[in-house]
Amino acid sequence: MIEYFKEIVEGAYTLAVGMGITFVRMFRRRVTLDYPYKSLTMTARYRGHIELKRDETTGQPKCVVCMACQKACPSGCIKQLDGQKPEGAPRKVLTAYMLDFTTCSLCGLCVESCKFDALAFSHDYNLTSMRKEDYQTMDLLKRVGGAK
Amino acid sequence: MTEGMLMNLVRLLLYLVGMIGFAAFNAAYLTLLERKQASWMQLRRGPTEVGPWGLLQPVADGVKLMSKQLLLPRDVDVPLFLLGPIMVVVPPILCLVTIPFSETVVARNYNLGLLMIFAFGAVSTFALMLAGLASANKFSSIAAARIVAQNIAYEIPLLVIVLSLVMTTHTFNLHTIVAQQAGGFWHWNLLKLGANPLMPVAFLIYFICLLAESNRAPFDMVEAESELVAGVFTEYSGMGFGLFFIAEYVNIVVGCCLATILFLGGWHCPFGLLPGLHWFLIKMYALCVMVVWVRWSFPRTQFYGLLNLSWKYLIPLALANLLLTAVMLKLF
Repeated sequence: MIEYFKEIVEGAYTLAVGMGITFVRMFRRRVTLDYPYKSLTMTARYRGHIELKRDETTGQPKCVVCMACQKACPSGCIKQLDGQKPEGAPRKVLTAYMLDFTTCSLCGLCVESCKFDALAFSHDYNLTSMRKEDYQTMDLLKRVGGAK
Repeated sequence: MTEGMLMNLVRLLLYLVGMIGFAAFNAAYLTLLERKQASWMQLRRGPTEVGPWGLLQPVADGVKLMSKQLLLPRDVDVPLFLLGPIMVVVPPILCLVTIPFSETVVARNYNLGLLMIFAFGAVSTFALMLAGLASANKFSSIAAARIVAQNIAYEIPLLVIVLSLVMTTHTFNLHTIVAQQAGGFWHWNLLKLGANPLMPVAFLIYFICLLAESNRAPFDMVEAESELVAGVFTEYSGMGFGLFFIAEYVNIVVGCCLATILFLGGWHCPFGLLPGLHWFLIKMYALCVMVVWVRWSFPRTQFYGLLNLSWKYLIPLALANLLLTAVMLKLF
């Protein structure tokens, strides 16, 4: 019999504690952001789609078209990777870099395989499009980022 | 047509429009209150886009629900399926007829107003069950069966508590019940410890039963999203679905109105100042906030837990309360 009343009192007490917690929470600072108007800066290790790094001095992509990233990619996302060597230039210059982002799993093997520090993950997470083709052929040469 | 009849007709129409308007307004803005309060408890912001601070969100929701197609699944019992939402939404609106919002604002002051409210409350439950069975869907059928068990279990303590209250008030007339509680808050039925020292407990039991009867979390076995998709509402779309929600919120309003009348002194001020409609609304909406607060604090119980709470705790306590009231009445 005592157990019965003990259970009632304990039950009521725990319920009151729970409601107290939610009550205090009502007056705490909000943690969410008004997203389309404000957004957070991405953390340094965020993995967006890959992007080509720019050479600080020349402004050109650092890529030397060694094809290591294309070989490293397990899903064959890097569709077209072309370059040519202009007269007198010390190395090849990139002319096309097409990424199929729809099959990319962001494993990062391409970034790791790059010996010339020419690839990086971008921090762009606001990607949207109404057409699948936009991401099946992403022209990275047009998107040469400012990633350091 | 005599002038008296005409006046009566106009009065009737005004009250009809007023009641439906009051019900619809409350249903719309209680959803907003619910969403806002839930978001505050979860450190979110809630709806902010439509209108200033999201105040027009219910209008957007309403337009969206009304513009959606009403689907009739193949195997449903068509008349019952269509009748379901209407039968669910009408009784709570009818209940508002006899509720005295203030000394003068009451549509019809029936002598048996309290009984009428419980009678129509039962119809609402019945209609939910019918809607569930008519849906020809296994989830809806399970939910319909649950509703019956749940409402039988919680109607008993509710009625026993109200019975013990009526023993002390000697009337079923809601207007008289409030009039008896005039004066400061120490005259409220909630604190009428001379008549029954367990009155605050009775209020708590009433409140728990109110949550269960209006199918609110933590007792929302009718909906139970994680187990039954949407329970009784699974096959409904558009405004058919919307009517169930209007009914749910109007049920809450009716329950809170009744709690205000029975326990919290209706339109009387706690300190004896300026009695009137505003005090009634303040108390009623405070209770609505409580209902929402409870919903977002506790997870849904399991079904046997729900029945255990009623049969093992609430009903014995309510009966003890009834007995104590009878003894106190005889002694003093």
